[in-house]
Amino acid sequence: MVPTDTISAPQLYLQSLSRWSAIEIAFWLATLLPFFLFPNYLSLASQIAITALFALSLDLILGYAGVVSLGHAAFFGIGAYAAGLFSKFVWGEPISGLLVAALLAGLAGYATSFIICRFRHLTLIMLTLGLGLLAFEVANSAHWLTGGSDGLQGVRIWPLFGIFKFDLYGYTAYSYSLAVLFLFFLGMRRLVHSPFGLALRGIRENLVRMPAIGAASRAHIRKAYTIAAAVAGIAGALLTQTTESAALESISFQRSADVLVMLVLGGAGRLYGGLIGAIIFMIARDQFSGIAPQYWYFWIGILLIVVVMLLPNGILGGLSKIFARWSRK
Amino acid sequence: MESEVTEIVLSTRRLDKNFGSLVVARNIELNLPKGARYALIGPNGAGKTTLINLMTGMLKPNAGQIFLGGEDVTALEPQERVRRGLARTFQINTLFPGLNALEAVTLAVCERRNIAGEFWRNVAVHREAIEEAHDILAKLRLGDSCYQITRELPYGRQRLLEIALALATKPKVLLLDEPAAGVPQEESGEVFEAVASLSDDLTLLFIEHDMHVVFRFASHIIVLVSGAIFTEGSPAAIAADPGVREVYLGKRKHG
Amino acid sequence: MLPPVFGVLFDGIAYGMLLFVLSVGLSVTLGLMNFVNLAHCAFAMLGGYLTATLVNDFNWSFFATLPLAFIAAATASIAFERVFYRRLYRASDLDQVLLTIGIAFVSVAIAAYLFGTAQQPIQTPPLLRGAIDFLGLSLGKYRLFLIAIALVVTILLVVGIEYTRFGAQVRAAVDNQRMAGGLGINVERTFAVTFALGSGLAGLGGALAIEIVGLDPNFSFIYLVYVLIIVSVGGLGSIAGSLAAAILIGVSDIAGKYYFPELGAFLIYLVMVVILMWRPSGLFGRR
Repeated sequence: MVPTDTISAPQLYLQSLSRWSAIEIAFWLATLLPFFLFPNYLSLASQIAITALFALSLDLILGYAGVVSLGHAAFFGIGAYAAGLFSKFVWGEPISGLLVAALLAGLAGYATSFIICRFRHLTLIMLTLGLGLLAFEVANSAHWLTGGSDGLQGVRIWPLFGIFKFDLYGYTAYSYSLAVLFLFFLGMRRLVHSPFGLALRGIRENLVRMPAIGAASRAHIRKAYTIAAAVAGIAGALLTQTTESAALESISFQRSADVLVMLVLGGAGRLYGGLIGAIIFMIARDQFSGIAPQYWYFWIGILLIVVVMLLPNGILGGLSKIFARWSRK
Repeated sequence: MESEVTEIVLSTRRLDKNFGSLVVARNIELNLPKGARYALIGPNGAGKTTLINLMTGMLKPNAGQIFLGGEDVTALEPQERVRRGLARTFQINTLFPGLNALEAVTLAVCERRNIAGEFWRNVAVHREAIEEAHDILAKLRLGDSCYQITRELPYGRQRLLEIALALATKPKVLLLDEPAAGVPQEESGEVFEAVASLSDDLTLLFIEHDMHVVFRFASHIIVLVSGAIFTEGSPAAIAADPGVREVYLGKRKHG
Repeated sequence: MLPPVFGVLFDGIAYGMLLFVLSVGLSVTLGLMNFVNLAHCAFAMLGGYLTATLVNDFNWSFFATLPLAFIAAATASIAFERVFYRRLYRASDLDQVLLTIGIAFVSVAIAAYLFGTAQQPIQTPPLLRGAIDFLGLSLGKYRLFLIAIALVVTILLVVGIEYTRFGAQVRAAVDNQRMAGGLGINVERTFAVTFALGSGLAGLGGALAIEIVGLDPNFSFIYLVYVLIIVSVGGLGSIAGSLAAAILIGVSDIAGKYYFPELGAFLIYLVMVVILMWRPSGLFGRR
């Protein structure tokens, strides 16, 4: 009998892949800096954290399972409206609002995953686009429920844990968003290093091989899609709760396209890619917001062209190539 | 001589497949007894890989049935046939380029053990699965390079990894599609040794072009021409068959 | 006297014909090159702005600008194909989507910078103003012109594909690229020429669209959605599919706006999703 407390070399190796690196720890410590260095920008910081969570959820299906979605904002928007309506008609306790949003967005994800898992390539892209646009139209038309283009009115969020009020200073908003982001990041990190994470990477690396090793790829994709939808819903709920409003923007194609750009910019399939991309994108956009919006899209366009032609794995991909070359010297 | 009692583990009945007017499989009847070492040979375009695709479920036949261990699996999806013990390798490496060999085989083992859906625990806790994966790799002499990313492995090692992935599913029947295809001369010996070392309980059907390999390993040869079984028999019988020589040396041209 | 529903049908068909001219190029190149070109409508926009500028600022005749719109868009696409697209033929869907979206973004920004964000005004040529009375319906002359042009384009395309040597080369390359190359067909050149033709048609479509739907920098994206819907519903690489899908979408959109204005664009998205689920390769696509 092999003693169960000894650990074999291959096992150790696989375990080492999931060890926390110094850079990672530094990154998360750095997320605390805004409290001290940029106290006037805590609202923006909280927006960045929310968008980063949304990008993380897209990474699960795009970066890990290879599902290109142009309509992921549907789940963000469902979560946003769910949290808003929950606070309006039931009660304003924030954490339960998050759970309700996750539940509804997750259910929507589960339902649509049966369609999504059956297709690839252009058909899949079009279906995600179509479903996303449909969701927008439903939200737009149902103005008796959603407020239509005026947005949802009457959202009142209670103080977190009864103590921390959501105010204009943004301390509560950022702490709350950051905590939720970190929590789900930990979960996502676990998932990525789990057998399921390995299966998703297998799907991304070579879909054809999967059935040949006995894998039920469609079931895996459905699971990933449902989880991604639920997490996107939580991000949407955070937005509603920290801004006390929900608008059509949250379920728009614009939001789907922006998060896709962010993820690709940072590097898909690398856990941190969405976070990095969100930070850079949102800060840049905030700086640009004085200038006319057309110029913003000019630079984003150029950036996309550059990233695709020169940096196919995004910024993190480029960085890791540089590291690899540097460490070989 | 095979005894009457030998179990037939894989068989096909009247298997037909056509793409419009192009017939790629014609009335194929095949019986693989347990532990057999069968070779499937034939000129290019004869439909050998197509036959494997039909048997594994990647292609749906127009008519006919496939039986695995006595069970009719014709309607089953490829992954369900794998679960019932039918595995195959691909003629062109169909691997996971970005995973390392250990990860790839561990994935296959996890799928077989039904733990691939688990998303809340690190894969490293599954000691037995990882050990099993490592053992398979070690047996195929891939143990020391198992941490290397697949796309960086030399071609011969990748071919071995192809086999490792199939073995991880603990198959009863293994279909090998030109296992040493494209492997440089110096490395092909390793591949054949790996094939030779496979358990006697495992039933093998392999597609091969190299006649030396065929005569060395096969106990029975099936000759496929234009989608139909031209003839089959022992290696000696096939070697002596003038029709087979004609088909290969090309008195008649086959596309 | 025909009931008003036929008027709606006529408008829908005319709109569909416009969408066909805009989409057929993308369908053929997608089916041929498997390249997801989301900048397709940027080429359309180029044709549109060229026509608007020539008519408004240089007093050209509208009809004279049409061939020029085609040529300009075709030429621009050749340049882009050489510099960018050629390198990404084997890249992932995502990379192609992102590159071409990037190009589309840049085109929108440039259009806004050069022409402002307001709609381009255009004078309908006197020949095409007004309408013809037919069985109680008022058939707009411009719309009749649109239908006529689209039919001419269809005939030229079908004749070109079926009866010319170039068309045979395109069909061979669509069916089996490697084989076609092996037969001595210069596949790369076939791609480039087909792509130029398809983008040229988009440019023509853009020029024709100004009168019907207006032209502003957002054209690139608003109509991209319609074009993508038509291409995926009709089936990649199918001219008949694009025509059928374009008419279907055109009529659904106009009818939807006329009879169920509260639904908005809901109807066409629903049509697309349902058809794609039923036939993932589109109505006429190859499986």
